[in-house]
Amino acid sequence: MGPPSVWHRIWDSDIFYSFRSSKITMVAAFLTALIFLLAIFAPLVAPHSPYDVATVDLMDAELPPAWEAEGDPRFLLGTDNLGRDLWSTILFGTRISLAVGFLSVIFGLVVGVSLGLVSGYVGGYVDSFIMRVAEIQLSIPGILIALLLAGTLRGVLSAEAYNDAIVYVLVLTIGTSIWPQFARTVRGSTLVERNKEYVLAARVIGLSRFSIMWRHVLPNVMGPVLVIATINLAIAILSEATLSFLGVGVPPTEPSLGTLINEGQNYLFSGLWWITIFPGMVLAVLVLAVNLLGDWLRDALNPKLR
Amino acid sequence: MIAFLVRRLLQAIAVMAVVALCAFFMFQFVGDPVNQMVGEDATKADREYLRESLGLNDPIPVQFGKFALKAAQGDFGVSYQHKRAVSTLIVERMPATLELAVTAAILAALLGVPAGVYTGLRRFGFTSKLIMTLSLIGISLPTFLIGILLIYLFAVILGWLPSFGRGEIVKIGAWETNFLSVSGLKSIILPAITLALFQMTFIMRLIRSEMLEVLRADFIKFARARGLPNRAVHYGHALKNTLVPVITIIGLQLGSLIAFAIITETVFQWPGMGQLFLQAVQVVDIPIMSAYLILIAFFFVVINLIVDMLYYVVDPRLRVDQPSGGGGHG
Amino acid sequence: MQGDNQALLSVRNLRIEFPNRRGTLVAVDDISFDIAPGEILGVVGESGAGKSLTGAAIIGLIEPPGRIAQGEIFLEGQRIDHLPYEEIRKIRGRQIGAIFQDPLTSLNPLYSVSRQLIETIQTHLPLNEREARARALELLDEVGIPGAAERIDHYPHQFSGGMRQRVVIALALCAEPRLIIADEPTTALDVSIQAQIISLLKGLCKEHGTAVMLVTHDMGVIAEAADRVAVMYSGRIAEIGPVQEVVRAAKHPYTHGLMGSIPHIGHHVDQLTQIEGSMPRLQEIPSGCPFNPRCEEASDRCRVERPNLQGVEQSEVACHLFDAQRVEARAGE
Repeated sequence: MGPPSVWHRIWDSDIFYSFRSSKITMVAAFLTALIFLLAIFAPLVAPHSPYDVATVDLMDAELPPAWEAEGDPRFLLGTDNLGRDLWSTILFGTRISLAVGFLSVIFGLVVGVSLGLVSGYVGGYVDSFIMRVAEIQLSIPGILIALLLAGTLRGVLSAEAYNDAIVYVLVLTIGTSIWPQFARTVRGSTLVERNKEYVLAARVIGLSRFSIMWRHVLPNVMGPVLVIATINLAIAILSEATLSFLGVGVPPTEPSLGTLINEGQNYLFSGLWWITIFPGMVLAVLVLAVNLLGDWLRDALNPKLR
Repeated sequence: MIAFLVRRLLQAIAVMAVVALCAFFMFQFVGDPVNQMVGEDATKADREYLRESLGLNDPIPVQFGKFALKAAQGDFGVSYQHKRAVSTLIVERMPATLELAVTAAILAALLGVPAGVYTGLRRFGFTSKLIMTLSLIGISLPTFLIGILLIYLFAVILGWLPSFGRGEIVKIGAWETNFLSVSGLKSIILPAITLALFQMTFIMRLIRSEMLEVLRADFIKFARARGLPNRAVHYGHALKNTLVPVITIIGLQLGSLIAFAIITETVFQWPGMGQLFLQAVQVVDIPIMSAYLILIAFFFVVINLIVDMLYYVVDPRLRVDQPSGGGGHG
Repeated sequence: MQGDNQALLSVRNLRIEFPNRRGTLVAVDDISFDIAPGEILGVVGESGAGKSLTGAAIIGLIEPPGRIAQGEIFLEGQRIDHLPYEEIRKIRGRQIGAIFQDPLTSLNPLYSVSRQLIETIQTHLPLNEREARARALELLDEVGIPGAAERIDHYPHQFSGGMRQRVVIALALCAEPRLIIADEPTTALDVSIQAQIISLLKGLCKEHGTAVMLVTHDMGVIAEAADRVAVMYSGRIAEIGPVQEVVRAAKHPYTHGLMGSIPHIGHHVDQLTQIEGSMPRLQEIPSGCPFNPRCEEASDRCRVERPNLQGVEQSEVACHLFDAQRVEARAGE
């Protein structure tokens, strides 16, 4: 028998072992992957096309889920106030929520990691300034920052332009609210790595600062960054849902989960519970699963707990 | 100590200045105040007159100066939407938000702190694991969803509690409270719980993780090695050391109360400052938005100052003005 | 070896294990030794040899998943391993004290020194606040802290490293324990302070009749302070005996290598002896004698059969080389 293959080594590694041995984490990962795939392939999976005005009939509005008395087997989870199939709308809405969530995290990560690297490596006034801004921002809840930014953008753009560009707006605002965490962590790690011998050696050889930061320091700080990214994915998804719920996010024409919940709240008292509850459940499960994954990742990568 | 305080104060003022600048720029670049204030059929002359009288043709630094001065006195202009002074609007709605926030904060602390200590000390017990699982759900559910679920359960299905509004308000002097009427008390329960839930879970998890950190420390090991009883080790040594960093973080969390108040007030149609702000965002009512920005910044700056001072009081290592003993000889 | 009923502390066949998912790691493998009343026993070895764990085991402070898998520990004839928590707690501080390596982290930074002292005193002795405080002052004086009366209410960070360690010693001596386990008490201190602390420790223990288990990797400290010394390697005792004998006439090849690697003033050598290789990790302890891969005198028997401690002159050595001697000695009878 030859040396263990790469797959075998991964399977046997400490991280994967802790993954395998935690049933909850595996369930969480499974659920996340499931929701993921459903959302990505929404156009193929969804039984209806909720944004296609031609296929949506107002006469179908406000039907309860299929298993109830007045339900219609065409619409598994019922319809909303405009006659759209709820299940399909949820699928597409999740897609938007996930897209915004991921893009926001990537945005925040890129900005935060870059600033963190620069801050830690260059030091001096640059460092002080960046960290001061980060600190101040960290002490203000992300939602507030996102709200203020969104509000300002709303004033700058016309209502239609705002809605058209809503994904960009959301990514920008949510991403801005999360970059400081990345920056601070990366800066800390950079400060530690900067004094290590391999960096000194690289400097002696004459590598440029940029190249040192990129090729040497960066790989070493990615561990904690990954954990933060996962946790912030949940936060980003929640932020988008909240902003949409508050009416400054994704508009009702192509609603995200938050928008749906907002719409549905108006109908709770009339007994149309499904419009709010089903999107709510999907949102809750999604965020919970991502949080569990983040928790596991953090414990697995924490050297102190090994 | 004085030097420390002065330095922090200067920093605070600097921050406020920057924030005021941002708020001012909001006025300048976002929308046109004149258009907001007059109807469509106002003549050009009328608009020019309005511009002049509002001081909008003055050089920028002058405008900023006036703006900052007025802001410092609490005058934030007139709301586009409500056509009333912003400061009046804010003051009117303050009691609602404050009562809600304070109730939620007390609730969160009362439940969160003991839970955190318990799960930190009895890490492997079943109850601890149960609490931890519930707490994970607590921070995963968005505040608005919790609010809606509570409304659905207690208002729609059970019909025990109202689903919106403050209920009957009783005026005491200039303050309007809803603690003095039955319907008022009923109305505050669901919103307070909703607002408190995230806080509570956060505090609990924070205290727990701090406690676990501290329990691993050398001085705890040494305390045990000296034969100190568990009570002294856990509540005397460990708890006190846990609370020091926790105090700061809780102080900072007060800020998030404000943020989540916006959401909670929206869900329950609670007539507070948060709802005011959100409506302002939805219709781009700049005076209210900028006023809110400045107020929030002010609030945070004050909180930060207080927390810094608390830290100073609690942690003797920061009191550098006391003479350090020992010198060079060992 | 002293008779069992005379020894203050008696450790028999102690085995400490760490179960982990890949199996069980044995950190301390079947060691036995005694400490007589008032005696200073040095325990020396490299990091990871198991010395600190042994100390921790004696006062029941091994952190899970580590555990005492086998063996007994006797304090004055009474068995103290595996006692219920409350019983062990009463022994700690009162019968057996402990000192750890880093005086800065050993003291609670938020409590004044007086508070920590009084708390410990009152836990073990029935004194009221005033009496406890008086006793605390006495102790601080004893450990050589100048101006104790003014500084007793100060906080740990206001003392220098050496002073802090004196406070730690005072805390350990609060309730007049019979035995103190000192785990690397000078390692975190400046070299100039080390000697002072060691001589303080030595003096106090002679005066109070306290025995000491002095764990360290520093042979110099042992030579200074210990009466007897045990050399540990890979969780086992390689050699144990009177300090003069072990230092001057080391028998076990490992001890021999250790002594040779210490430079002596006035003793010129071209090269310090260095033992090839390094102590094996817990997962890779060789069979037989754990030192055999690095030993120049290793025989086939060494790779297979584990040597036990046997008496040679006044020491005991765990090495097969000395089996031959005994056989020869017997043959000569």
